Amino acid sequence: MGKTLAEKIWDDHVVRSADGEPDLLYIDLHLIHEVTSPQAFDGLRLSGRPVRRPDLTLATEDHNIPTTDLDKPIADLVSRTQVETLRRNAEEFGVRLHPMGDIDQGIVHVVGPQLGLTQPGMTIVCGDSHTSTHGAFGSIAFGIGTSEVEHVLATQSLSQAKPKMMAVEVVGDLPEGSTAKDLILALITQETTGGGQGYIVEYRGDAIRKLSMEARMTICNMSIEWGAKAGLIAPDDTTFDYLQGRPHAPQGEAWDEAVAYWRSLGTDDDAVFDKVVTIDASTITPFVTWGTNPGQGVALSGDVPDPASFEDPNERVAAERALEYMGLTAGTPMRDIAVDTVFIGSCTNGRIEDLRVAASLFEGHKVAEGTRVLVVPGSVRVRLQAEQEGLDVVFKDAGAEWRGAGCSMCLGMNPDQLTPGERSASTSNRNFEGRQGKGGRTHLVSPEVAVATGVLGHLASPADLQQLSKAGA
Amino acid sequence: MEKFTAHTGVGAPLRRSNVDTDQIIPAVYLKRVTRTGFEDGLFSAWRNDESFVLNQDAYTNATVLVAGPDFGTGSSREHAVWALMDYGFKAVISPRFADIFRGNSGKAGLVAAQVDEDVVEQLWAYLEADPGASITVDLESRTVRAGDLEAPFHIDDYTRWRLLEGLDDVAITLSHDDDISAYEARRPAFKPATLPAR
Repeated sequence: MGKTLAEKIWDDHVVRSADGEPDLLYIDLHLIHEVTSPQAFDGLRLSGRPVRRPDLTLATEDHNIPTTDLDKPIADLVSRTQVETLRRNAEEFGVRLHPMGDIDQGIVHVVGPQLGLTQPGMTIVCGDSHTSTHGAFGSIAFGIGTSEVEHVLATQSLSQAKPKMMAVEVVGDLPEGSTAKDLILALITQETTGGGQGYIVEYRGDAIRKLSMEARMTICNMSIEWGAKAGLIAPDDTTFDYLQGRPHAPQGEAWDEAVAYWRSLGTDDDAVFDKVVTIDASTITPFVTWGTNPGQGVALSGDVPDPASFEDPNERVAAERALEYMGLTAGTPMRDIAVDTVFIGSCTNGRIEDLRVAASLFEGHKVAEGTRVLVVPGSVRVRLQAEQEGLDVVFKDAGAEWRGAGCSMCLGMNPDQLTPGERSASTSNRNFEGRQGKGGRTHLVSPEVAVATGVLGHLASPADLQQLSKAGA
Repeated sequence: MEKFTAHTGVGAPLRRSNVDTDQIIPAVYLKRVTRTGFEDGLFSAWRNDESFVLNQDAYTNATVLVAGPDFGTGSSREHAVWALMDYGFKAVISPRFADIFRGNSGKAGLVAAQVDEDVVEQLWAYLEADPGASITVDLESRTVRAGDLEAPFHIDDYTRWRLLEGLDDVAITLSHDDDISAYEARRPAFKPATLPAR
């Protein structure tokens, strides 16, 4: 019997396998950041252990980093201590770090692919659940806790029970105006937040093959939001074209050898998945969340659902709580929901392609009165690239704020936060209660919907913007 | 890690599903660089609500949390497990745990006991009828007991063994150092390295 893509990668990384024990898996790349690593380095110090492979480890500062006043020290002393602790640990253990102010600083999941360190067929871990992003290259990539961070630092391996295999068959083509973000949000609502639990998920089908690397990263990034251990996409020419020439991509003969290996990784025709789910891309329209978990979503053209419409009692109660927290009434058209703040950025949608599409939609428009728009590049290099292309000027002319690189408003660990009751349309990945700041209300959206919402002041799609332009003309 | 065989303590009924790790401990509490003291962030938003279960006198000393399905979803923060343990919890019972949360629990020494959904319903009813009542989580026999109720729970064999023995995961792996070195010797040369930086 043939093997799936994930099974091939898994089997190629088994260091040790024994009955009744999880496999010991070798880790090709360990990414670290300031939040989930301090206690792991402490553990190493206590036990007198070194970092086994500093040359397979990379650190960056992202979660705590302010996106304004970049030339000043971090004002929040506790944040500053956490960042300084990472610097001391990196120095002491010989780990490469890209700190604030460095040209390669940025969100850890933007930096890895950008440097060409994320490649097909690898095992990649990080103390961050959105490590699933790197699966877009055809690697097994997943988030781990701090105990596991210490384990990987000490042993460059991880004991892991082999997950089950799932295929997501994306049939049909995404219609014009619908995006990878809409597709993954619709899939999470279809499968619920626990639907992928226990599985490594392979996204397949023509619609996936046609996506750019950046769109594939958006899809894989949100695998964790429906509970999957990891999500991945078979490497192809799109992958290789993206990689070739990046600083850490193989060169010369090594490149040819690598590509030959990468091409062999695709799921065999006779491989069997433990589960297959199907989603029809041709039916996808702009999709947004109305509730407090990423599975509580609806088409932008729809209404806030009535909790009574949920059959499952847990879902019904969760919907009631969500509407109360979100300050929404069942039956309200989603388009009627006014938004205070728009956030464009994060490891989900903070790459150059996202900023290009956002700038192109802002062209000729102004941010609505009473609404603020934050545009936050995922890395310093994304920021510089955007500025080279003049995108920053478009954003600023439209009345949006152009910021420094970091996790920013995706999570309330740095100064970019919502205030209680403030409502956002956010291109990030989580709409949990308080995620973007205590009492904040989050609607997850694509960059396209984010821009239209920023211009119109209520949840809206690019098609609504076009109508505005026509009316104006 | 401390050995865990069985624990009996006050059960707290948390009638919520999809308790994500941002609810267990919001990001603002993750800035500490030490391993202790995370109890102050546990369910911090919900604890502002007087009617929240952990604000009721009967559950002040709760050590077993009984929650709805999909407990621990979202962020990989092990701080969520630490916050529960620092507060005093020894075990969490739920019909379904998020993978990363369950993994983190096993590493840190918190028992994540997975039971059928109707068992959680029965435990909630039992605890609410008699606030402050105790639950036993018996890892040896993989059962939960409360009053007349006795039900099996699921935890994987390897995690159960490590918790029963109180074993350090890193030490176990380092005993296979030769296997790791042998694997490293056969890794393809085209695999990337972060050093030297390019």
